[in-house]
Amino acid sequence: MTRPDAAVAPRAWRKPPFIANPLLRYGLWLAVIAYLVWAFGSLPFNWARISEGLPRAARIFGGGFPPSFERSGLLITGFKESFQIALLATLLGVALSIPFAVMAARNVAPRPIYLFGRAVIIVSRSFHPVIVAILFVAAVGFGPLAGILTLTIYSIGFVGKLLAEEIEEIDWGQVEAMKATGAGYLATLVYAVFPQILPRQVGLSMYQLDSNLRASAVVGIVGAGGIGGTLMNAFGRYDYDFAFAILFTVIVVILISEGISGWVRKKIW
Amino acid sequence: MLEISRLVKRYGRDKPVLEGLDLTVEGSSVVSIVGASGAGKSTMLRCINRLVEPTSGSIRLNGTELVTLRGRELRRARRKIGMVFQGFNLIDRLTVMENVLAGRLGYVNLFQAITRRYPQRDIERAFQLMERVGIAHYANKRADELSGGERQRVGVVRALMQEPEILLADEPTASLDPRTSEQIMKLLQSLARELSLPVLINIHNVAQAKAYTERIVGLRHGRMIFDGTPADFDKEALDAIYGGIETAEEEITQEPGRSTQGVAHDST
Repeated sequence: MTRPDAAVAPRAWRKPPFIANPLLRYGLWLAVIAYLVWAFGSLPFNWARISEGLPRAARIFGGGFPPSFERSGLLITGFKESFQIALLATLLGVALSIPFAVMAARNVAPRPIYLFGRAVIIVSRSFHPVIVAILFVAAVGFGPLAGILTLTIYSIGFVGKLLAEEIEEIDWGQVEAMKATGAGYLATLVYAVFPQILPRQVGLSMYQLDSNLRASAVVGIVGAGGIGGTLMNAFGRYDYDFAFAILFTVIVVILISEGISGWVRKKIW
Repeated sequence: MLEISRLVKRYGRDKPVLEGLDLTVEGSSVVSIVGASGAGKSTMLRCINRLVEPTSGSIRLNGTELVTLRGRELRRARRKIGMVFQGFNLIDRLTVMENVLAGRLGYVNLFQAITRRYPQRDIERAFQLMERVGIAHYANKRADELSGGERQRVGVVRALMQEPEILLADEPTASLDPRTSEQIMKLLQSLARELSLPVLINIHNVAQAKAYTERIVGLRHGRMIFDGTPADFDKEALDAIYGGIETAEEEITQEPGRSTQGVAHDST
């Protein structure tokens, strides 16, 4: 066996660096390190307070274990309300997100409608649900209505945006075919657009239900109903064992709902 | 009767794709339109049913001026113009029957369309046409489960459901294998005769154009440079249309009769 290139030195290969210029590459690293040092140095960490807080954290955790499910009636009522808020908000939000998504899709909406649809989606996405919830609690008072409205807006923003992007990527040939038969605008939407986005729509709705369930626990903290309120009260009354029971239940519920929605999405794709 | 006169289409400020095209199709003839890619074949067909807006000129179908129509009038006119596409353009997630009935969307109201409550007459016609092209047993199958040739048959039936006065076919066989594409061409040819329907077919395959159509129109750079019977379509015409592209030469040297025999032989 003769190797024709035996005399030639073995050729080395290394993956080319992401940033070609070595000066820039090492400069960036230096800048990141310098920023971290500066940030940690200048932020007002009060080490004395932090060390005082540690025993307090230990007390909370100590009080929290073992979690107490004694007041399970309260727990169930809270969760029931959270479920209702999440489910209603998802149904409302997903239903409303369809017309807004159509409005916000460049290829199917006329220019002024498109701008309006985009604006609605951008506004409903620009605030975190907690901020929206604070506004709604002020507007319609404490309770589940504020939670439902908050999460509806949250759902319109999220589902609407992703659905609009999906509409912009559909196979336009099907739309042309429906137009060529003389179909009107709405019939074309129903036949050529909706079937193409349906799987995505179902997947997004499942995901949104999941997400709303999680968010409904958070918005409850600011008074928008559901388990969040129960959790806040438990902390306020130093019922750490009950609070931890709620937290554990939240984790379990989210895990279950995530499992279910993942399974459904996989089935439908 | 379709009368196209001085049709111009210009995209933006580019050179026009169609430069004052004139074409008249009378009676129920099958006309093939040949030309290199970019010659304006597809643009011309799409101007007829206004999927593309003509820049200027006139297109009249049985006396109705199509270029100036708007809104409801345009949709009414489109019902009378069936179209078959290269990529079939079926609604993949719907059943074959729903795709076929979609050809009636210009006639039924929105409620009927959404609930799929089409008139009995339409359903009867759908079954008849599907039986005619041999896809009736697929009625409840999803459109994307069918093979290419079957999908194009659905496309043809959908267009015929419109009860069209003219059928446009934009490269109907370009996505199909040679044998299936011969079958579709034969189908279009015989349907045109049965329904006495004029058919305009954009096609790349010159051999098929000569074998299955009665008249060949050649386009180059947006102008008509050949118009005649398949017998008139000689090497000179081919060179004029394709600029003597070598690959096209092979297609014409192949006898149309021989290629159809080849198909018949294969299928036995």
